Amino acid sequence: MNGVTVSAKVNGDAVQYVCPPDESLLDVLRNRLNLTGVKEGCGTGDCGACSITLDGRLVCSCLVLGAEAEGREIGTVEGLSEGGKLHTLQEQFIEKAALQCGICTPGFLVAAKVLLERNSNPSEEEIRYALAGNLCRCTGYDKIVRAVQSSAKIMRRGKKASR
Amino acid sequence: MRFESPTTTKAAAALLASESGVAHVLAGGTDLLVRMKMGATEPDLVVDIKRIDSLRELKVTAAGVHIGAAVPAIMLGESDKLRGLWPGVVEAANLIGSDQIQGRCTVAGNLCNASPAADSVPALIAAGAKAVVVGTKGKRRVAVEKVVLGPGRTSLARDEFIEAIVLPARAGKSADAYLRFTPRTEMDIAVVSAAINLTLSRGIVQSAKVVLGAVAPTAVIVPAAAKALIGTKLDDAALAKMVTACEAACNPIDDKRGTIEYRTKVAGVMARRAALIAFERAGGAK
Amino acid sequence: MPYETDYTNQGFSKVGTRVNRPDGVDKVTGRAKYGADANAAGQLVGRILRSPHAHALITKIDTSKAEKLPGVKAVLTGKDFPDLTGGDRGMMNILENCMARGRALYDGHAVAAVAAIDADTANEALKLIKVTYKQLPHVTDVDEAMKPSAPIIHDWVRTTGVTPAPTTASNVAQRTEFGHGDIDAGFAQADVIIEKSFKTEQTHQGYIEPHACLATLGPDGSGELWVTTQGHFTFRNVCASLLGLDVAKLRVTASEIGGGFGGKTHVWTEPVALQLSRRANRPVKLVMSRDEVFKATGPTSSTSVDVKIGAKRNGKITAASAELRYQSGAFPGMWAMLGAMTSFACYDLKNVKSVGFDVLVNRPKVAAYRAPSAPMAAFAVESVVDMVAAELGMDAVEFRIKNAAKKGTKASYGPVYGPIGIGPTLEAVKNHPHMKRKLGKNQGRGVACGFWFNFGGQTCTDLNIGVDGSVNLTVGTVDVGGSRASLALIAAEELGIDYEQVRVTIGDTNSLGHNDTTEGSRGTFSSGMAAIFAARDAVEVLKQRAAATWGIPVEQVVWEAGEARAKGKQNNNLPPLSLKEIAAKSPRTGGPIAGHNEVVADGAGVSFASHMCDVEVDPETGATKILRYTVVQDAGKAIHPDYVEGQFQGGAAQGIGWALNEEYVYGDDGRLQNAGFLDYRIPVCSDLPFIDTQILEIPNPNHPYGVRGVGETSIVPPLAAIGNAVSNAVGVRMDHVPMSPPRILKAIEAAQG
Repeated sequence: MNGVTVSAKVNGDAVQYVCPPDESLLDVLRNRLNLTGVKEGCGTGDCGACSITLDGRLVCSCLVLGAEAEGREIGTVEGLSEGGKLHTLQEQFIEKAALQCGICTPGFLVAAKVLLERNSNPSEEEIRYALAGNLCRCTGYDKIVRAVQSSAKIMRRGKKASR
Repeated sequence: MRFESPTTTKAAAALLASESGVAHVLAGGTDLLVRMKMGATEPDLVVDIKRIDSLRELKVTAAGVHIGAAVPAIMLGESDKLRGLWPGVVEAANLIGSDQIQGRCTVAGNLCNASPAADSVPALIAAGAKAVVVGTKGKRRVAVEKVVLGPGRTSLARDEFIEAIVLPARAGKSADAYLRFTPRTEMDIAVVSAAINLTLSRGIVQSAKVVLGAVAPTAVIVPAAAKALIGTKLDDAALAKMVTACEAACNPIDDKRGTIEYRTKVAGVMARRAALIAFERAGGAK
Repeated sequence: MPYETDYTNQGFSKVGTRVNRPDGVDKVTGRAKYGADANAAGQLVGRILRSPHAHALITKIDTSKAEKLPGVKAVLTGKDFPDLTGGDRGMMNILENCMARGRALYDGHAVAAVAAIDADTANEALKLIKVTYKQLPHVTDVDEAMKPSAPIIHDWVRTTGVTPAPTTASNVAQRTEFGHGDIDAGFAQADVIIEKSFKTEQTHQGYIEPHACLATLGPDGSGELWVTTQGHFTFRNVCASLLGLDVAKLRVTASEIGGGFGGKTHVWTEPVALQLSRRANRPVKLVMSRDEVFKATGPTSSTSVDVKIGAKRNGKITAASAELRYQSGAFPGMWAMLGAMTSFACYDLKNVKSVGFDVLVNRPKVAAYRAPSAPMAAFAVESVVDMVAAELGMDAVEFRIKNAAKKGTKASYGPVYGPIGIGPTLEAVKNHPHMKRKLGKNQGRGVACGFWFNFGGQTCTDLNIGVDGSVNLTVGTVDVGGSRASLALIAAEELGIDYEQVRVTIGDTNSLGHNDTTEGSRGTFSSGMAAIFAARDAVEVLKQRAAATWGIPVEQVVWEAGEARAKGKQNNNLPPLSLKEIAAKSPRTGGPIAGHNEVVADGAGVSFASHMCDVEVDPETGATKILRYTVVQDAGKAIHPDYVEGQFQGGAAQGIGWALNEEYVYGDDGRLQNAGFLDYRIPVCSDLPFIDTQILEIPNPNHPYGVRGVGETSIVPPLAAIGNAVSNAVGVRMDHVPMSPPRILKAIEAAQG
């Protein structure tokens, strides 16, 4: 099988890799680019642990071929914090005890970030439906939803203050 | 396996035509990549059509709607105009999987995957949608209900693929609705579904189309159910007649997702509820 | 109802606060390393070939083509795992489950394994292995498997626990019986008797992280295993025993664990990965796919249970009995025994009897799943409790309070209870605002109770104080849900220092003495107990160093608020020495300061919970929506309330999934039809409401801080609470879990005739 050479941007940095044409972007990120914060829970798009952004859209990286990413911008959990500062969502997930085992956390954070970029003041129901593609087996989602709610509040306040 | 990402439909059709082994068109990939992962298909060629510019176009005009085959379903929900014209089609497309899936999956792909439980297909059929099929010999337009022949089987030739799905111009006082039943609120496959498209005249149903999903090898158009609604204000007797017609049209299977008995019963329930939603959306009042 | 306790409440300054977990940053940045996140130079990819048949003789395995494929470095079948068990049937069962020996016992049973240079090559090699099967009759249903005509899973199984001992093989591996009094006499006194049968389907723990390991084993018999596990010490012992290694030469490191819930207490692929590595003399990484997790790890039993309860008009239960039939998969287990033990543990009963049957079927070997076996028994018992209350015209909560076990009650499974929380949780339910919320059309409310034993077990910890006064606590239980935070709080409390000064490390098997598996809700209970004793051990050293510094006898030194203080008038001029100050001087006062503890943490306090649930059922589709859910549970002492609540909520959510939608669906061919998260439907975020919690603290007198395990009990009541709620909503008694929409609709229609 001939490898495909791909140039893309991951978390703002230019990357280049060669992968078999049938290799998933998830495997590329984890095994070739060493971004193991992107998790595999199912490999079939049913759990959301491998959530990333592809040109700003939320997707499961297990359902994207590495070969498709030529010229695309990829965002992973590793790109959430800026410098030494955690993203508000990251802070609130810790603060609100929104993780137990933590395996689903990277996917939830990426999905929640996309949600809050689209809707700065989501209702509880909107949060629950927006995060329905991310499975968590530990928390019953209670503290995750609360952490997203408090993040939204803090981020709205931050926006107001910076205006 | 070879991976190709042509930039014209002509080049894509030529690639498909020249492949002697197993070739697949890749749009959103949310079905194809799962099948590849499970070993259900081992393609020799995958043709990614997302780099063909015209296939990424979503055009909503008075004359009709053009949904490029590479337009992710999430974009349908982002168009206020489309939601206003075809709320049923949009809600069906937006029920395909999670936000993550929505960011990739396409209605053309949902159609070509040819699953009896495909969410967007009953709504597209009810809407009178046509598929623009392109191949090495040129283009043809085919009614959506003619695309799927049975589970996993389509009427497309091996060099053909869908370029776009088009919806007709919308008459006034018209609306559609789609409902499905799933045990979970999200991340589920329809156990049974119903799409209804209605046009009213002076508050009375003038024309109707009723389509059921997941009750037979392909989506089922139920003319008798539509007939039961025409000329009525969806009074209880009309709805009961429609439900009976829907139940009679069901030919489902027993499987891990539902039983024959359950699917038949709930198909009628979904159809009744969807009809009432469509009626109200079209401006009807009981 | 007031409850008694011998325990004196103590004041805490750190324990009970809601601090940020110390591993939080690692886990929100993607840095935390889980099972599949480790790599080694030169590693190979391991893959396993699995049986497509429910039951089949393996007449031939031809691996020659696979072995010749370039890039393949090792191929193994059952014959590559010599029997080193010395006749230990239990160990042989583990080995045979890891790799079939002549017979495939379930869909998904491992029959061969390969290690190759990459995944594509390994997958190709699996296709080149030719296995010839001769299919045998199979059985997957627990009741069917007990029939005399059923295919026998193992011809060596003789039912234990019956007299006279049988001489022929059976699928019933074990009969167990618990109880006391005379149930016949008890039922004779009853004014009302309800008897009913129930079924529950098989469910999986559903942890999001698949099993994964990185194994290295050299020709010298020394090895390393990085693995996602609840019990790295147990994994070491089992792997060493199965593969003929010295225990001390196999170092097992527990990765961060992406959920376990009991499913990561057993070895599945790890001995195979080690053997592949030994054969290839290269590291082997073996990660299960999701369908392998469903097919070939350890789900919980499907069950069939009969319950009979009799009561007087005054609401007092006179007798209770149950027969519980649990399938344990293709190998014997103890699951019906646990069901029989827990079934009536919530109640104070004069006459009680429960009988369990452990039954073999052609399904994967059952493993523990959070309070294993208790939820199914509770579903049956708590349903009948509701039915009896209804028959008596009594409020179901009042009826439970009237019969609740209390201090001094002889439990149905034998022991006499100390101070316990069943009564208080029921009183809390009675007074909870949840119970006063109005219900609408098609809505129903249900209440149910649950019990779990909890476990202590062997525990070993080290506490080392750095020269800057920071403290590293090394423990041998894994952090499945925030226990690092709880244990750091405990160490800080004992030493009187800031929480932030303590770091908790999960030690590998070569850095600590044996620790039992993190199961039985023991993490915070037992490692917490050992941490307290290790800290007190270190405090003794700190006091000695202070005494030496001051030149006074150690008896005149006390440890208070994180500093050594000299007691007595003669020492009034001596300013206190902080832990930091003593630590700074330690290189010159005797070297490193440490505390250690090795303990069998006996006295795990039993745990009780009562749950309330409101549902709405769509009468046309049978779909159930959870409107409100409230958990009340006794935690003994909540060390970190956030993570205690998290356990309550997580267990409730798993129970909700089990009650409504989750189930293994087997076809007539004995093959699993829904080995994926699409059709094995665990609850998604939009399926659930916020899950309210109330923590009660009835201290466990056997723990220095009063701690009881909190991890498991919360999954026990939900099946019954939801069963009662749905039954109340639709007016029909539900007797089959999951109460999926088709089952509910069918029940409604059957009742309507």
